[in-house]
Amino acid sequence: MDIAIRFSDLTLGYDRHPAVHHLDGEVESGALLAVCGPNGAGKSTLLKGIAGTLAPLAGSIALPRLKSHDIAYLPQAADIDKNFPINVFDVVAMGLWKRCGLFGGISRSETAKIRAAIAAVGLDGFEARAVATLSGGQLQRMLFARLLVQDAAVILLDEPFTAIDSKTVADLISVVSAWHEEHRTVLAVLHDLDLVREYFPQTLLLAREEIAKGKTDAVLTSENLLKARSMIEAFDRQAQACARAA
Amino acid sequence: MPLHDLLIAPFTEFAFMRRALAGSIALAIAGPPLGVFLILRRMALTGDAMAHAILPGAALGYLTAGLSLGPMTIGGLAAGLVVAVGSGVVARTTILREDASLAAFYLISLALGVTIVSLRGSNIDLLHVLFGSVLALDDATLILLAAIASATLAALAALYRPLVLETVDASFLASVSKSGGPVQIIFLALVVLNLVGGFHALGTLLAVGMMMLPAASARLITQDMTAMIGIAAAQGILAGYAGLIVSFHAGLPSGPLIILMAGLLYLLALVFGPAGGLLRRFKRGRHLEG
Repeated sequence: MDIAIRFSDLTLGYDRHPAVHHLDGEVESGALLAVCGPNGAGKSTLLKGIAGTLAPLAGSIALPRLKSHDIAYLPQAADIDKNFPINVFDVVAMGLWKRCGLFGGISRSETAKIRAAIAAVGLDGFEARAVATLSGGQLQRMLFARLLVQDAAVILLDEPFTAIDSKTVADLISVVSAWHEEHRTVLAVLHDLDLVREYFPQTLLLAREEIAKGKTDAVLTSENLLKARSMIEAFDRQAQACARAA
Repeated sequence: MPLHDLLIAPFTEFAFMRRALAGSIALAIAGPPLGVFLILRRMALTGDAMAHAILPGAALGYLTAGLSLGPMTIGGLAAGLVVAVGSGVVARTTILREDASLAAFYLISLALGVTIVSLRGSNIDLLHVLFGSVLALDDATLILLAAIASATLAALAALYRPLVLETVDASFLASVSKSGGPVQIIFLALVVLNLVGGFHALGTLLAVGMMMLPAASARLITQDMTAMIGIAAAQGILAGYAGLIVSFHAGLPSGPLIILMAGLLYLLALVFGPAGGLLRRFKRGRHLEG
């Protein structure tokens, strides 16, 4: 089985305090992996590390066979400036950045691709709408359309379904399932365990350190969840340097 | 008085008026488009801070070489770039946001400048630095203004996409490209370049006005980014022309009048602007069916 992402004794964190601590393991190519765990467990931090926006404190993240631009990353609560005068089509077209860069034009087939992506997330007819007029759910649909246009091998979603109505969640889940069928690697940070059990074959349960990883049913046991919940959330201000061998 | 005498004759009769008009048009073509981005990036006061930052450098150039174009331009550019790059780097590498790091740098720069000026005592000619002399533009200054305008437009065209991306969704740009940092710094460098150009014509303080007022006004007139840039530049040109005409006939200083005209256009847009002016807010008509 191909490996998409490999963690080797990975420690990620802020100001020397680890948020993800000594993580080892692999994510197979084409995996649909949910990342679960209590607040402060390091889930978002792990995605930032994979996306390359946060450098590891120790250890490494390897992407054999992939380049960093094969990764599409949707951060938690994307910080889109809704006051900027830009329409839905143009935001979705941003997904073409890697092919177009500074000056590249958008070809007719790419225009069709953008329109198809907008239609696929149920925003048909919204192309010319200003971003400022979108609701929260519509905004998230638009960002999924941009991910579709990015056409990446690895897709990282950080709490993509928070504060979104159930119809939108259902529509966007079907987009995620389609990615899985296309053998893309998808990692999603999720809190809704029922959703995870229904749609995500694999789960990584994280509480700064790995609690369990593997088939979702085997990971999300009450015993494992209890173990994850017992994690101490606050950083220890008097913490000594970590003595575990790197 | 015939319309020709009122509106055109000042420029056909006096070379200094023609030069002043050419200089203001150069300033108006490049400055307001930068202002549009400053406003959309919520950095409207950055222009003001930058104007304070370049003043000491220009003053230093003046004190070492007198009232000559080269040293004052280079001094102003150097001081402005140090502040722009320094605050950009600090904002990206420390916990301080851009506004705080910029404030820190420009205050240091300003204090340093005042100290330098006090070494040689103040001078009346420094008024030229503060308030410019749009009616006394020589060839070298005009060429400098035109070169700055051309370079700014070319750079803006090249940076347009990443600049829009960085403004709309900085974390997305960061996830697909490493250009966010350099783009921001080049953008601030362009702002500095235009303020340095502007201070020869309008003075450091008024140069900001030429950049920001037409931009703020254009934001009230349209929701379309491309149109906004065009309208901002057009208003800058109009303000330059109208300011020169009024100052010529009324015998008032031209720099401040150009900015006052830009201010007048802004006030009109504030009331009548179709994209968020006051009238539109209070006169909405009945709500629609769907």
